Amino acid sequence: MDLVTLWFWLIALAFTLYFFLEGFDFGVDILRPTLARTEAEERALTGTIGPFWDGNEVWVIAAAGLMFSTFPVWYGAVFSGMYPLFVLILLALLLRGVSFEYRNQVDSERWRSFWDWMSFGGSVVPSFLWGVIMAKIIEGLPVNAEGRVQGGFAEMFTPFSIVGGVTTLLLFMLHGANFLLLRLHKDTVLYDRARTAALRWGALATVAIVAFVVMGYVTEDLFEDFGFASWVFPVAAFLTLASIWLALSRRRDTLAFTMSGLTVLFATVTVFIALFTRGEVLPSTLDPGFGLTLQETASQHYTLVLMTWVGGIFLPLIIGYQTWNYYVFRERVRPDEGALTHGY
Amino acid sequence: MDVVELSRFQFASTSIFHFFFVSLTVGLAFLIAVMETIAFVREDRRELYGKMTNFFGHLFLINFAVGVVTGIVQEFQFGMNWSEYSDFVGNIFGVPLALEVLMAFFLESTFIGLWWFGKDRLKPWMRLASIWLVAIGTQISAFWIVLANAWMHHPVGYEVVDGQARLTSFSEVVFNYKAWLYFAHVQGSAWVVAAFFVLGISAFHLLRRQDTDVYSRSLRLGLVFAAIGTVFSIVSGHTEAQVAREDQPMKFAAMEAQWETSDSPAPWSLVAVIDQEGQQNTFNVEIPFVGSVLAYNSLEGRYEGLIPLNEEYQELYGEGDYIPPVAWVYWSFRIMVAIGSLLLATAFLGLFLWWRRRQRLDTTRWFLRALVLFIPLPWIANFTGWMVTEMGRQPFMVYGLLTVQEGVSPNSAGEVLAGLIGLWAVYLALIGLDVYLLTVTARAGIHRKPEAQLVAAPAPDYEGVGFQGYEKRD
Ligand code: HDD
Ligand code: HEM
Ligand code: HEM
Repeated sequence: MDLVTLWFWLIALAFTLYFFLEGFDFGVDILRPTLARTEAEERALTGTIGPFWDGNEVWVIAAAGLMFSTFPVWYGAVFSGMYPLFVLILLALLLRGVSFEYRNQVDSERWRSFWDWMSFGGSVVPSFLWGVIMAKIIEGLPVNAEGRVQGGFAEMFTPFSIVGGVTTLLLFMLHGANFLLLRLHKDTVLYDRARTAALRWGALATVAIVAFVVMGYVTEDLFEDFGFASWVFPVAAFLTLASIWLALSRRRDTLAFTMSGLTVLFATVTVFIALFTRGEVLPSTLDPGFGLTLQETASQHYTLVLMTWVGGIFLPLIIGYQTWNYYVFRERVRPDEGALTHGY
Repeated sequence: MDVVELSRFQFASTSIFHFFFVSLTVGLAFLIAVMETIAFVREDRRELYGKMTNFFGHLFLINFAVGVVTGIVQEFQFGMNWSEYSDFVGNIFGVPLALEVLMAFFLESTFIGLWWFGKDRLKPWMRLASIWLVAIGTQISAFWIVLANAWMHHPVGYEVVDGQARLTSFSEVVFNYKAWLYFAHVQGSAWVVAAFFVLGISAFHLLRRQDTDVYSRSLRLGLVFAAIGTVFSIVSGHTEAQVAREDQPMKFAAMEAQWETSDSPAPWSLVAVIDQEGQQNTFNVEIPFVGSVLAYNSLEGRYEGLIPLNEEYQELYGEGDYIPPVAWVYWSFRIMVAIGSLLLATAFLGLFLWWRRRQRLDTTRWFLRALVLFIPLPWIANFTGWMVTEMGRQPFMVYGLLTVQEGVSPNSAGEVLAGLIGLWAVYLALIGLDVYLLTVTARAGIHRKPEAQLVAAPAPDYEGVGFQGYEKRD
């Protein structure tokens, strides 16, 4: 495998980890209004992701930073080409990120409910838009002959990309619910509500993913000519998703969470496989010849060598201490203890 | 305004906002780590320094959150607004940026949670190690990003092939003297920001005679940091000016509003009325010799003016106007230097009062009042400092290689304007909230008064959390 290919897959890895990790913390925030009835419950739910969300979010910064250094042209084209969507994601992440910190700084009901809305909206918007963006990357943008992208806001929303957005949104909600099953005390009513939510949103997520894959085959010719991979990953995503229902009904929570995690993995891999097999990291909707290819968007060899050393040293280290972080906070949360007693 | 101007305005304002928060983060992380170290080492002072750590740690966290979220905007903006620039520099510029993420951001964001939430779960030494890792992380992050920025001011270790800058030597990029200089100065300034923050808050409570045992100690700690920080920023800043005269002479001439080549010895302008169109100063008060001292540490020596430099630049880089907005650069520089000198004097006056007699420091009310008033000054110095640096390199984005005009994304102006409005609305709200919450929390102090508690939610219990565990576990 040459370095360009290696780095393409390492970027896929960064996005996968981002969707896997921040997926569940988005999910928890989205589900919170429907799951929590009391202040103690609200705080318990936030407490399940409190020590993790920031570290999770850095994976998207890593994905962007690695893309910048290893595929600068791709990075520039994607981020400028979908400018309005990224602005919306940023605004959402800004408000959501501070909500964790600010919600409990002022003792007033209205203040808290304002920040609750911010963390809800700030999670719904990116969950939906990341799906749209992933769908648009495979569907293509108006890349012109010079490799410049100029797309309008309305063009970002095609039936395919909207279904993509709904899929990630539902998938993250399911994943969040499964995560809660691992983090909440089993004898709490919150735990039971999370189970119900997992079953309900899981069913809808399954429908969405089927719709997405079918649309991909039928209307977009996405999975043409890449043989084996064209069905293995979508089918795997579907199977893992469907098996969650079984796991949940047998009360195998860890298995359920693993399966929703694998669904995220397979879904993301499907997107990157679609790009990889066509050899185009950003197809053009104007003319098939204008698409940006893997090789022409990549950095020079020296930079890639350097980055391989850097990534080889730091990525395992990061995964190591982040795992340790999850181990330190493995204890299950219960509402009356108010996981956030210390004002954070 | 066209896309270029809108994008410039956007990048400048978001960077300034980001730096508003992170300059405090970088400095305060270090100070808090020192506080906690004292609590860890000195058993007799543990309770006191424990309270101090928790109190300033709470303020630190309020501010940290905004630094984090505004940083994501920074990371995305290069691609969003400067995609041509990203194409041009990605081979080189992307590397320090990625290193920053991998070496610093993950470290900070993981260990900050362990430090604050892990109070009752971690052993004391692990907790201490966590805050040190956060502090080190902020330094690493500042280093790589400033290195990336310094490369734009002084590109090294590259060659231009097919309209792309290619890396020829990474070690040249890392050992770029400009980067180390910028880093030293940014570092010193961050210490100044944090030190005067701690000083002002401590002085506020000393004036009210609240918890004087804690605050008189944080005042002294702050003074030590302030003295080191101001000396450091002035020495490095002075060096930066001299280096700029060599590698960015246009910036230096703009800092001095020097249109024609100066006399030798060169005077230093104290106030001037600048006429950019007419390429002259209509009014100018000058102090003899100081210009040469600034530029060469010597009583003689001349430096080139804006007009002859503009002609040289035209020969080098082609037709165009290479004179940056002089008044901005000139006044920003003067404000920064004035503040730097004032703060240096303040820090040493404080040390003097301390040396004279211990109690003098805690009871010299006019001095304490001044400290409260001075809290915002380091931020103003930081803001103006970046104005000098970034305005002074106009019209270049990468010095001598790429102009701002060439670096912008092919976006529509409307798109950028809409985004800009959204970002400004949120940023203004965030900065307002940050200042408001910091003020409320800082004023409430360690022993909260009931009326303070009405506004702020019950603050964390500074007295015990995290530190009573020391006894149990040791
Ligand atoms: C607390 C903040 C603070 C203080 C007290 C000072 N500075 Fe500063 N200055 C900065 C914060 C700053 C900064 C924001 O951090 C900058 C922007 C880029 C950089 O490297 O540091 C800066 C830039 C900067 C530059 C531009 C460098 C370049 O672009 O090449 C010069 C020449 C100076 N400074 C000089 C000084 C002098 C002579 C000072 C003392 C009297 C001084 N600064 C105090
Ligand atoms: C350290 C990393 C930084 C990098 C890589 C960087 C890079 C840039 C870029 C790409 C632009 C837009 C193009 C231009 O106008 O030249 C810019 C402009 C600007 N930046 Fe920086 N910047 C950095 C840090 C900062 C910080 C922390 C501040 C302020 C606190 C700042 C202040 C400005 C200002 C005022 C401008 C506007 C200059 C103008 O457009 O007239 N920069 N910088
Ligand atoms: C244009 C240039 C810059 C970019 C692209 C950038 C990027 C970022 C990003 C993505 C974060 C969030 C990290 C997280 O989520 O944990 C961040 C935070 C931070 N940045 Fe910046 N930054 C820039 C300028 C600066 C400068 C000039 C400094 C300091 C000298 C600085 C120091 C920090 C620090 C200390 C944080 C603290 C929070 C944290 O890392 O978690 N940054 N920056």
